[in-house]
Amino acid sequence: MKMEAIDKSKLLRHTPNEIKERSALTINPAKTCQPIGAMYAALGIRGCLPHSHGSQGCCAYHRSALTRHYKEPVMAATSSFTEGSSVFGGQANLLQAIDNIFTIYNPDLIAVHTTCLSETIGDDIPQIVNKAAAEGKIPKGKRVIHTNTPSYVGSHVTGFANMVKSMVDYFSTSTGKRKQQINIIPGWVEPSDMEEIKRLTGLMGIKSVMFPDTSKVLNGPLNGKFIMFPDGGVTVEELESTGDSIGTIAMGLWASEAAAKALDTKCKVPYAILDLPIGLKATDRFIDAMRIMTGVSVPEAIEIERGQMLDIITDMHQYFYNKRVGLVGDPDQLIALSEFLVSIDMWPVYVVTGTPGKAFEKRIMEITAGSPYEVKVKAAGDMFLFHQWIKEEPVDLLIGNTYLKYISRDEDIPLIRHGFPILDRVGHSYFPTVGYKGGIRLLEKILTAILDREDRDSEITNFELVM
Amino acid sequence: MEAINILEERKKSIFEKGKENHELSCDKVSLAGSVSQRACVFCGSRVVLYPIADAIHLVHGPIGCAAYTWDIRGALSSGPELHRLSFSTDLSETDIIYGGEKKLEAALDELIDEYKPKAAFVYSTCIVGIIGDDVESVCKKVSQKKGIPVIPVHSEGFKGTKKDGYKAACHALFKLTDREPAQGISKCSINILGEFNIGGEAWIIKDYYKRIGVEVVSVMTGDGRVDEIGRSHGAALNVVQCSGSMTYLAKLMEEKYGIPYIRVSYFGIEDMSAALYDVAAFFKDNLKIMDKTKTLVREEINKIYPALLEMRKDLTGKKAALYVGGTFKAFSLIKALRHLGMDVVLVGTQTGSPEDYKLLKELCDEGTIILDDANPLELSKYIIEKGADLFIGGVKERPIAYKLGLGFCDHNHERKIPLAGYSGMLNFAKEVYDTVMSPVWKLTPRMEKNGR
Repeated sequence: MKMEAIDKSKLLRHTPNEIKERSALTINPAKTCQPIGAMYAALGIRGCLPHSHGSQGCCAYHRSALTRHYKEPVMAATSSFTEGSSVFGGQANLLQAIDNIFTIYNPDLIAVHTTCLSETIGDDIPQIVNKAAAEGKIPKGKRVIHTNTPSYVGSHVTGFANMVKSMVDYFSTSTGKRKQQINIIPGWVEPSDMEEIKRLTGLMGIKSVMFPDTSKVLNGPLNGKFIMFPDGGVTVEELESTGDSIGTIAMGLWASEAAAKALDTKCKVPYAILDLPIGLKATDRFIDAMRIMTGVSVPEAIEIERGQMLDIITDMHQYFYNKRVGLVGDPDQLIALSEFLVSIDMWPVYVVTGTPGKAFEKRIMEITAGSPYEVKVKAAGDMFLFHQWIKEEPVDLLIGNTYLKYISRDEDIPLIRHGFPILDRVGHSYFPTVGYKGGIRLLEKILTAILDREDRDSEITNFELVM
Repeated sequence: MEAINILEERKKSIFEKGKENHELSCDKVSLAGSVSQRACVFCGSRVVLYPIADAIHLVHGPIGCAAYTWDIRGALSSGPELHRLSFSTDLSETDIIYGGEKKLEAALDELIDEYKPKAAFVYSTCIVGIIGDDVESVCKKVSQKKGIPVIPVHSEGFKGTKKDGYKAACHALFKLTDREPAQGISKCSINILGEFNIGGEAWIIKDYYKRIGVEVVSVMTGDGRVDEIGRSHGAALNVVQCSGSMTYLAKLMEEKYGIPYIRVSYFGIEDMSAALYDVAAFFKDNLKIMDKTKTLVREEINKIYPALLEMRKDLTGKKAALYVGGTFKAFSLIKALRHLGMDVVLVGTQTGSPEDYKLLKELCDEGTIILDDANPLELSKYIIEKGADLFIGGVKERPIAYKLGLGFCDHNHERKIPLAGYSGMLNFAKEVYDTVMSPVWKLTPRMEKNGR
């Protein structure tokens, strides 16, 4: 039998070398479904309880997945659908849920997202929320917002983008009087990244509203208490004020464009869509966009950070030459990472995202246009295909989420954990990869991975003390 | 910390021994709007069938359900690793509109051709129940075409609680029984039901039964194989652990094949020993088995007892809170913790039945809080009020314990070492000891305040 004949030291031993066209099957996905993205985004509003309008399993899975990634309690409620709700609609469940949530957990607002189930049976969330309001189930000053997150469209990134857009739809207001502040939509990045982006705007002397903002929510301190709503996140007042900002910087086309556009349409706030500020060039563009939007000049402190990052790049560039890299992750992250790698003479050769979108493939091909290697890129792909590519011709380094560790082990290729989810390491919540400081950390990780491997594999005669 | 309120409707699901005397409300879906720690029907089916390592597990639905259940259980296999891959039909919008049957069939064809599995399970998720795919007939068709069992698992998330998912899994397993000849099976033979080989636990248990002269025909489902399950109807006795998930299958097998069953637990010294003695007593005609059992129990306890006593010195009087899936595990843990000198101050389960809770009330000490389907607020409230030093739970409970500044032990999917059997009891004690006695709690604010 086939299974017995294969290498038992390999966990992914069942992955055949030969690539066949698959029409109906996803193996080892490089994405997950919309609602978890909406839940993550909603956690970035202060005093917000995300609410999953569907079966209780959805909510449990999302909370577990986020908990495993952040090592933090993740609070969210569920409509706990039953067979009855699937026939008669989930109105009664959501009404009861809203009532219960405000009675017991007392959040400032509830952010409802749908699921494949409630989408398909056609629940009209705004109508149900209006009914809840009419029945006095929403206390004065409290809010219920919603977004539609059908799990069978897009990916977790889409769900995130949808919830961020809903923040604009529900809150952004134009009073007609511009405020000396900018909006920053950071995209799906870590709480640490959000913190770093705020630090940079602070160094620039710019007042900004960032949404969502999960810093201090999902990387909070231990204080001996269980706090349902941690002291972090963008406030409703701040969200309302985004309509008066002088401009919006939206990072990442996939995660942030929808909200930026909606804000422009609704409140005439002009926007710039940038790549995530990962790497020197993308961070330069971010700093420059802030400078142009607000007319401030770049302070010396930022120049120094930039210089430090550049210094490390040149100091160590001999180890980067022509290294082949395989990446799996979300479109915005992969685009920024690819550009960064190319800028230091490392080459993304296999790039896979589970999120659909041909524009992604085109952009990666543009970024890697001068590559000495053949580049393979796939949107709506999976890790099985990625692995088969590697079996055809290996790479020197893998960058992606924890699920890449199977391939890393089987093929003996070093892995840098980046993206979502990271289930088996810490650090991502506390150390950013955006900005120049984040770039330095990323460089450190890349170098450590490459040099550790060199140390491990070198002959005694060539074993180097100084590198 | 401010006093934490409890929802009026939830009060029926909470019980403090010695203070109250109402029936515990349970066996219901969670209240809409509560931050429940529970999962769904699909989750129940998925965790039960997951360890069968030479079958394909295809999740029919949008990607999420397959993504969230990809290799999340440390159910070890001694052979194939097919169960650790994630297969999904990844339904998209057009499939929702036009139906997913064609895609399901194509996915099964592709999978079976590629992997040559012994069987395939097809899990229906919420959406499949709504769009009305005839999963049953697709499975039948593919099964005929490919010559292997292709079994639909009716696990639409909204069709009940996690327990209903266990039931759906039992139905699926039952379809795999009586498919292989049962010749050559010893008269003294058992199936082990409800043991999932987390951290290699089934291997420990199997070894014990082997040593007392009892043949294990199949384990359902730890390190499970389709052909072994196919012979399981030839066993003389079903030994059911994790009663919540597998008693239903035992009843089905009793009805059809006349196999009686007993309920056991492999956690803790008493329960592990009882699990062996009860089996030995069942095969009373074979006196050797009882003799061997006595020897085994004596030897194994002697191996671990001195170390347990040593740890007990420091653990005596420390307080533990439990939040586990089924009540049977809770019973064992309470007994095991008492062995270590610890007091159990809170017991919660996700899926207890009224009978289970009655037994639990009897077993607990005065003042112990009993909770059905608790939420994080309730759990933290009682942990703080009762001054617990240890929290035993699963993935979502871990960070709550740590934020409050107390020790934690995973007794769920994320445990890394075997906790079953005698060696498992020692592992458990070590884990409890290491976390409860860890100096890190001296750094946390809660402990400072309490002066411990």
